[in-house]
Amino acid sequence: MSRFDMFNLEPTHRLMRGAAGLLLGLTLLVLQGCATVASPDPRDPLESFNRGMFSFNDGLDRVVLKPTARAYQATLPSWARKGVGNFFNNLEDVWSALNNGLQLRGQEMGDSIGRVMVNSTIGLGGVFDVASDLGIDRHPANFGLTLGRWGIRPGPYLVLPLLGPATLREVAALPVDQQGSLLTHMPDEATRTGLTVLNVVDTRATYLRAGDVVDGAALDRYSFTRDAYLQRQRNDDYDGDPPPEEGTEP
Amino acid sequence: MILNKRQVVTALAAVVTLSAMVFAPAVRAEDEAPDALIKRLSVDVLDSIKADKAIRAGDMARVVALVDSRIMPNVNFQRMTASAVGPGWRQATPEQQKRLQDEFKILLVRTYAGALAQVSDQTIAMKPLRAAPEDKEVVVRTEVKGRGDAIQLDYRLEKTPGVGAGWKIYNLNVLGVWLVETYRSQFAQQINAKGIDGLIDTLTEQNKANAKKG
Repeated sequence: MSRFDMFNLEPTHRLMRGAAGLLLGLTLLVLQGCATVASPDPRDPLESFNRGMFSFNDGLDRVVLKPTARAYQATLPSWARKGVGNFFNNLEDVWSALNNGLQLRGQEMGDSIGRVMVNSTIGLGGVFDVASDLGIDRHPANFGLTLGRWGIRPGPYLVLPLLGPATLREVAALPVDQQGSLLTHMPDEATRTGLTVLNVVDTRATYLRAGDVVDGAALDRYSFTRDAYLQRQRNDDYDGDPPPEEGTEP
Repeated sequence: MILNKRQVVTALAAVVTLSAMVFAPAVRAEDEAPDALIKRLSVDVLDSIKADKAIRAGDMARVVALVDSRIMPNVNFQRMTASAVGPGWRQATPEQQKRLQDEFKILLVRTYAGALAQVSDQTIAMKPLRAAPEDKEVVVRTEVKGRGDAIQLDYRLEKTPGVGAGWKIYNLNVLGVWLVETYRSQFAQQINAKGIDGLIDTLTEQNKANAKKG
């Protein structure tokens, strides 16, 4: 396999062109339905666009992803789903190790490397999370978080087609995270696609209960999701201990 | 008189034990430290759930009873609701304020009932408290440890005026997300569009819909 094969430029380009077309189409669709926003939030200047995208994603989720995730949950026993989740977490830990390194977090990087070594071997390719049983904690980190920890501000909130809540910073980091994902580098296209779909369905299945909680707790699911997402991101940027925000009562 | 090391240790231990016996009641009469309160409360609630099959089966009446008897006495729920409602709170009549609190509480209890029903072998780990003795408001940071990743769970507490009144929780943070902040813009939207009564109606309807889902 040559270096260029490894980066798999051709299909990626095709995918990007497809995504750009889809994005343009959706944008036009959403802009047609644009309405003025009642209570504007300075972090969300594109709220009416985002709301449109949110309901598009939501509709797709209701019709396709959620039913698939429910069927998956009903079909596979929980130990098997646990194995699937562990397998993808193990792949992710490789990228987390590198990003923890980029954030100059020695302990977290060491933990992540240790986890991959233990889980890939004793854990049979990551299916068993032996490292957690040994008390080696996970420290998930992607490139967006690395930028955040180096002080890059998140910028405006954006709801992406299919991918959901993000900020401008996450969008900028997305191509890097894409390249950093081991899934992207699977040589066989069918395997790559199959694993990506499995990862998406498995992840959605783990959030089924959380989704029900949000349905019950939120008066407006768009605002609820946005405000929770932005707080969570800020919390992660400051490693769980952000300074109080200006203009808000603590 | 020359004491050997062992005798010194024994003597010290005796002094420590004695002073503990003498001073312990005095210490208890003082305010319990905020982190000690959270620790006691967390252990108490976790133990209650572990011992209660009905709660783990999702029995709402039992969850409400637990919340009312153990958690609410340590919460300033009026401040929590007022803070989520924002500037509109002061325009609300006492009757409206009471209804807002009642409906908001039902909404939250139902939200967290599902999480409480999931409790199995979790434990609470306390993070170091950074607060000066004279502080009137503190953040107590904890982690829930169980299967999977640890869950960040922080509390904001205020010192109630008066001796012996203790600390009260007025905000809660799960995984980096503060509860009050998450409701602030949703509540503001409702108030801007339909006023305080509109918000009360929306909360009531949401609670009715949730109750139907069981």
